[in-house]
Amino acid sequence: MEKTVNQRAWLLVIPVLILVAFSSIIPMMTVVNYSFQDSFGGNEFFWVGLEWYRELLHSERLWDAFGRQLLFSFIILLIEIPLGILVALSMPKKGFAASICLVLMSLPLLIPYNVVGTIWQVFGRADIGLLGRALSDLGISYNYSQNAFDAWATVIMMDVWHWTSLVALLSYAGLRSIPSAYYQAAKIDQAGRWSVFRHIELPKMRGVLMIAILLRFMDSFMIYTEPFVLTGGGPGNATTFLSIDLVKMALGQFDLGPAAAFSLMYFLVILLISYVFYTVMITADKNEANR
Amino acid sequence: MSDKPAKRKRRSGSRLSILVMIAYLAFLLVPIYWLVIMSFKSNAEILGMFTLFPENFTLDNYRTIFGDPSWYMGYVNSFIYVSLNTVISLLVALPAAYAFSRFRFFGDNHLFFWLLTNRMAPPAVFALPFFQLYSSVSLFDTHIAVALAHCLFNVPLAVWILEGFMRGVPREIDETAFIDGYGFTRFFTRIFIPMIAPGIGVTAFFCFMFSWVELLLSRTLTSVEAKPITAIMTRTVSASGLDWGVLAAAGVLTIIPGAIVIYFVRNHIAKGFALGRV
Amino acid sequence: MAAITLQNLAHSYNPDSGADADYALKEVNHVWEDGKAYALLGPSGCGKTTLLNIISGLLTPTRGQVLFDGQDVTEASTADRNIAQVFQFPVVYDTMTVGENLAFPLRNRGMDKALISERVQRIAEMTGLEADLHKRARGLTTDLKQKISLGRGMVREDVNAILFDEPLTVIDPHLKWELRTQLKSLHQEFGHTMIYVTHDQTEALTFAEKVVVMKDGLVLQIGTPQELFERPAHAFVGYFIGSPGMNFLPVTVEGNSARLKDAAVTLTDDYGTPDGDLRLGIRPEFVRLTRQADGLPVTINHVQDAGRHKFVNATLFDSEINIAVDEGSQIGPDMTRVILDPEKISIFRDDWRLDGRPVDQVGGGAS
Repeated sequence: MEKTVNQRAWLLVIPVLILVAFSSIIPMMTVVNYSFQDSFGGNEFFWVGLEWYRELLHSERLWDAFGRQLLFSFIILLIEIPLGILVALSMPKKGFAASICLVLMSLPLLIPYNVVGTIWQVFGRADIGLLGRALSDLGISYNYSQNAFDAWATVIMMDVWHWTSLVALLSYAGLRSIPSAYYQAAKIDQAGRWSVFRHIELPKMRGVLMIAILLRFMDSFMIYTEPFVLTGGGPGNATTFLSIDLVKMALGQFDLGPAAAFSLMYFLVILLISYVFYTVMITADKNEANR
Repeated sequence: MSDKPAKRKRRSGSRLSILVMIAYLAFLLVPIYWLVIMSFKSNAEILGMFTLFPENFTLDNYRTIFGDPSWYMGYVNSFIYVSLNTVISLLVALPAAYAFSRFRFFGDNHLFFWLLTNRMAPPAVFALPFFQLYSSVSLFDTHIAVALAHCLFNVPLAVWILEGFMRGVPREIDETAFIDGYGFTRFFTRIFIPMIAPGIGVTAFFCFMFSWVELLLSRTLTSVEAKPITAIMTRTVSASGLDWGVLAAAGVLTIIPGAIVIYFVRNHIAKGFALGRV
Repeated sequence: MAAITLQNLAHSYNPDSGADADYALKEVNHVWEDGKAYALLGPSGCGKTTLLNIISGLLTPTRGQVLFDGQDVTEASTADRNIAQVFQFPVVYDTMTVGENLAFPLRNRGMDKALISERVQRIAEMTGLEADLHKRARGLTTDLKQKISLGRGMVREDVNAILFDEPLTVIDPHLKWELRTQLKSLHQEFGHTMIYVTHDQTEALTFAEKVVVMKDGLVLQIGTPQELFERPAHAFVGYFIGSPGMNFLPVTVEGNSARLKDAAVTLTDDYGTPDGDLRLGIRPEFVRLTRQADGLPVTINHVQDAGRHKFVNATLFDSEINIAVDEGSQIGPDMTRVILDPEKISIFRDDWRLDGRPVDQVGGGAS
């Protein structure tokens, strides 16, 4: 559909601009301001230039958190995207069963983040939780608050539990938009199940999968509440992801300067990765179409 | 046209599908089930015995919550700022989405991307500046503060979803209405908005959900007067020495509003997920 | 290649209700002869796509059987029936090149590589896709994509039938004609049984040797284009085929005389004394505008120029009537009478055509 050029459309956008500017630009400017200064309590500030940035770039603690964060997001995408597609392919196509599946699947998405943490905190405990109890009855030693590996496994399982449905619902929506003629043609062409997936379903899901990957990357990279409630970042620093580290620094230790510099770098990294990902996908898409 | 499945081939495929679905739903529901039954147990039963059903079924945990204003006011607070946020987000997003769906104007694509970047900002980044900003304009610990803060991630989303729905409405509708002598405001409220009512429903659902589930910002921006239920829960865990039963009951009560909302929009969910600028 | 027999076939999307109105396809018996080109013509929602999908096996009929060369395939899967089908909108595998798209049905059947490429080359030549064989399918225009669909439908030599479901809907008008001609020559070359669904009478009449006209799930008539034009079995066929369609005038009939208000028309056939709702049908092409006093009186409403013909719209005893006038002839102001060609008159009772007994002494004109 061709859109007409109309500069007055700006008038319609102004409310959004003001609102988002109020809750985004002003705080962001404050952050930028702090990031170049040091404070010793009270309202005294000293200009320190790029000092905080330099310090943070050499901070082992930050780099560790960054590494953990990347690994976490990578594992999450690796599990949730294929699993979500599999679930979407398995969903009933219509009728009552489809409605029920949709409602039940959306349930985890609607649970407050800290309740998600609470659910898994309880569920995984060896004394009162079903999962913890079942594992210890099977003779597997499992304790997410003591053992780093167990903590990771629990956080990942929790995230998969929490968010796979989002990927599944997006993929399902993509699948539903494929005209039935494609499936009929595939039957007539005697295409096998794999061919149908590879040559019809996957290409048609491309758009929604792009959104799913982007959303899941961003949200998993910003994860805070669930692991905070579950493990508090521990044992040790094993599950201290970037956000947890940042909040510790900003609200816990009230290190305004470094926390602000941290915030900005964090934001820029997400922006950069998302932008690169988005651009690469778009260009790949165009190239393929023109080949 | 609907098609009856051609017999043999699909059946083996669907049996595997049913297995996958059952396994997945079980994975989703078992932890929730555990929370629900725990909310009906006494603390003695939770800690002392290991039971799959509550042995001594009790509503005490719920009584505790509904008998204590510092508990149940948490729900009221959450509802107030979530509703406020949903209304504000829709009010500003509707005209903006219309502009993006109908017109080209200077900087439109950049503006759109900039809006989306706000969704990419980690809430943790904003926790501190928000605290200071709202304190300085004396909005700290008010419902409107949380509602405004949540606009940060809900408004871009609302614009995005609504724009998708609006693009599905043919422009001829607008043109016909203008030729018929409708002014913009009257056209927008009387004709256009009813046409995209399902889209507005879906958007409201998403705004409600993201505002309802968020903890970090709402906890940072409140202390007593507007403290949301989610924040009260975390405090209680550490303060009152792990009253598991009450904690579970509070958790169950936070799930219920979401479950009710999703029941009402169940037929539009998949559609809402499919739209947007791709 | 095979002859396809439909026996007592009927289909309802809601078979439990049992109501007759729920049947998207009412009972049909028909043999599609081997190697012929058929068109299935009717307005949207008349059940033609349902019928097509039953033949291809995408739908299982509620009642009746489908036989291929006398063998019952009602329960057989689409693949087992070995048919090809082309859909309304282009179905193209985006991930493949044009050539791979064409080769796909053959590869799935495990055909020899050399044979595949030979066959693909051949089809590409016929459909004019040679230059694009190595291009990605997804970047192409709708026209080209639909050509790929058509090519994929045609690529297997041994199919029992090729079914087309309004394949030219999305094609530009000027290309429609070209593609239809190609289809026709492909049919002549390979001799496949072809069934072509359309709601466009021109498409149906130019493509097919025999046309099946459907409405509301009912097969009204099966015949050559000429039969449909001259002897429509149902008033709807008369009305749907031809542009403008057949004229209908309410009459009473006795023997070989039809009475319109106070005028009488002599017919070539004797119809006895039928009762029910009777109408006389005649095509605009067989109504002549004249000054002759023995014609029926009309008032002319307006004249429309349609290229080779002018169409005169007039009122004859409260009924509207269209009259075709050759481009060359003049319409005088005193031409206020019409003569109906008795050879070409059809009589319909409750919308169905009545067959009369020929009368030996043929009367001339109207009286």
